[in-house]
Amino acid sequence: MITVERLREIKEKQRPILEARLKEKDIATINEDGSIVLKGEYYERQVRIALKNCGIIDPYNIEDYIAVDGYSALADILMNKSRQEIIDDMKASNLRGRGGAGFPTGRKWEEAFKYDADQKYMICNADEGDPGAFMDRSILENDPHAVLEGMAIGGYAVGASKGFIYVRAEYPLAVKTLRVAIEQARELGILGNNIFGTDFSFDIELRLGSGAFVCGEGTALIESIEGKRGMPRTKVFRTAHKGLWQKPTIINNVETYANVPVIFQKGVDWFRSIGTEKSPGTKVFALVGKVENAGLVEVPMGMPLREIVYDIGGGVQDGKKFKAVQTGGPSGGCIPADLIDTPVDFESLDKIGSIMGSGGMVVMDEETCMVDIARFFLDFTVEESCGKCVPCREGTKRMLEILENIVAGKGEEGDIEKLERLSDTISSASLCGLGQTAANPVVTTIKYFRDEYEAHIKEKKCPAGSCQALVQYFITEKCIGCGACARACPVGCISGDKKERHVIDQDRCIKCGACMEACPPKVSAVVRR
Amino acid sequence: MEFKFDVEKNKDNIEKFKLFIEEHKDMPGALMPVLQEAQNIFGYLPLEILQMISRKLNIPMSEIYGVATFYAQFSFIPKGKYIISVCLGTACYVKGAQQILEEIEAQLGIKAGYTTPDLLFSINSCRCVGDCSKAPVILVNEDVYPKVTKDEVKEILDKYRSEV
Repeated sequence: MITVERLREIKEKQRPILEARLKEKDIATINEDGSIVLKGEYYERQVRIALKNCGIIDPYNIEDYIAVDGYSALADILMNKSRQEIIDDMKASNLRGRGGAGFPTGRKWEEAFKYDADQKYMICNADEGDPGAFMDRSILENDPHAVLEGMAIGGYAVGASKGFIYVRAEYPLAVKTLRVAIEQARELGILGNNIFGTDFSFDIELRLGSGAFVCGEGTALIESIEGKRGMPRTKVFRTAHKGLWQKPTIINNVETYANVPVIFQKGVDWFRSIGTEKSPGTKVFALVGKVENAGLVEVPMGMPLREIVYDIGGGVQDGKKFKAVQTGGPSGGCIPADLIDTPVDFESLDKIGSIMGSGGMVVMDEETCMVDIARFFLDFTVEESCGKCVPCREGTKRMLEILENIVAGKGEEGDIEKLERLSDTISSASLCGLGQTAANPVVTTIKYFRDEYEAHIKEKKCPAGSCQALVQYFITEKCIGCGACARACPVGCISGDKKERHVIDQDRCIKCGACMEACPPKVSAVVRR
Repeated sequence: MEFKFDVEKNKDNIEKFKLFIEEHKDMPGALMPVLQEAQNIFGYLPLEILQMISRKLNIPMSEIYGVATFYAQFSFIPKGKYIISVCLGTACYVKGAQQILEEIEAQLGIKAGYTTPDLLFSINSCRCVGDCSKAPVILVNEDVYPKVTKDEVKEILDKYRSEV
């Protein structure tokens, strides 16, 4: 059985080994207070709480986690704190759910804590499905024990003895890492019966998703664990009262759980000193798209978007012009260049029509068509809508059809208004978060880039030059009449005499771009416009 | 076309799978892990196996079917060793990709979206693969075949048949 003394012994034994390894690899700095940070400007500009062990410890060795004070918070709590005190601390810390909606974790736990039941459950939502988001995967693969410890602390607080981690099957490495971590924690007695000799027992089971985005929604996830179709429930009861198998259930996101042990190690005041008053702490973002340094960044809440994109991300690739940044995946919105000084926290993003979401952050440059981006996300939502409620199932499909027409140059006067009306209905009448937020990408792009929609509809032009149906290939007078383009054209719509300027028959052109590729680079007579 | 599940050939796998069901049948919400295991072991969900799951877990087939069709990772037909992707993008289409597809379908005796009974080939019609100047294009797993003609189809297929 694990004891506090044994935990300290392991730490004292493993810490020098870990430090020696880090010194040898020369990847991290060990500070005087014992904290370890990765070297390099990219990391030094960040504040890492949820990611603090990523890249530093060996995820397949529980002793490495213990060497960085892992499981010390759990031990301390079990020895010295009452359940009420933990709930109070969580509420005081104001840690808000990192999965996207930002509901205060302490209040959620209190709901389940107060509700009497013979069995309660803790669930970790690791069904990270937003395209372009991978922060949860990174935590699971690099620091799985932080999640297990967070779940155990929550389990003790609300009175649950059983936890589930619902992880998507598309993350095989995360599944493997979690399996090893759970096994090692059981061996050491950190999971199982009478943890640290107390009367608290807690065990965690892994459940795999099977490729359904909607299962990231709490009640759909519960249905899926129960072995049913992953369709959201009608919200008659809170899951904190009636969740999994109708028992009080707490569902938190991976990143939320990873924050929990650190809060209890370093204290509520320390945590509240980071970030903003209403959104304390940090948030991990997957900074991707057309940005110079793509990757995971963890920064204090409230940092202006500009600092994330330019100071940490290094600005837009190839010196192109910054156009917008998309946050929150298919549920979020596009933030235009003139709002780039917006502080990134729950309230500020909400105000401008986007959401924090799980933390995807896609940078777009001048060559990105905003109408096409809206179409891309709607395409995703239509594919992933579970079909239970009509507004989402039918409404998103109709919106997609309109958007497809617009990008194909078949948009009609009044389409924008139709989209706005549909957005309004779908947002207010859908059953779950997927439908309620499905229109966000459309609403924000109309709000901030209405002129682009109008250019597509009225002038049949794509200002970004990205919508294939609306661009034209054209041969300029630089043409030397070599005939390379005519030979490459799959539909044979290019004609011209030898050594004479060639011409593209626009009516037959399918806009594949083969002519542009075939034109000798020295000549480059073919242009897209 | 119906696909025949070879019970004899899969004997060991079936035994292995039966054991898995036995170990898990009392766990709440067992259906998902059991279906996932079946998909892993057999590469798809054969009808015979679904019926076995239904009997052992005491869940009606209709409910199992409902769950299995909901999740993208479950399949009711196996995928072949070689997946032939026929590009039906505009450039390939005007260059006769449809006829190429029909020729492949005729040669293999199956429609697009299906798998040959010997598990060698699956046909998949796909959107533009971005190789328009070489239209029409087909892919066999990762191998790209540019400017394919109807006469070449048999030759290409034979190449993979002889590799077995």
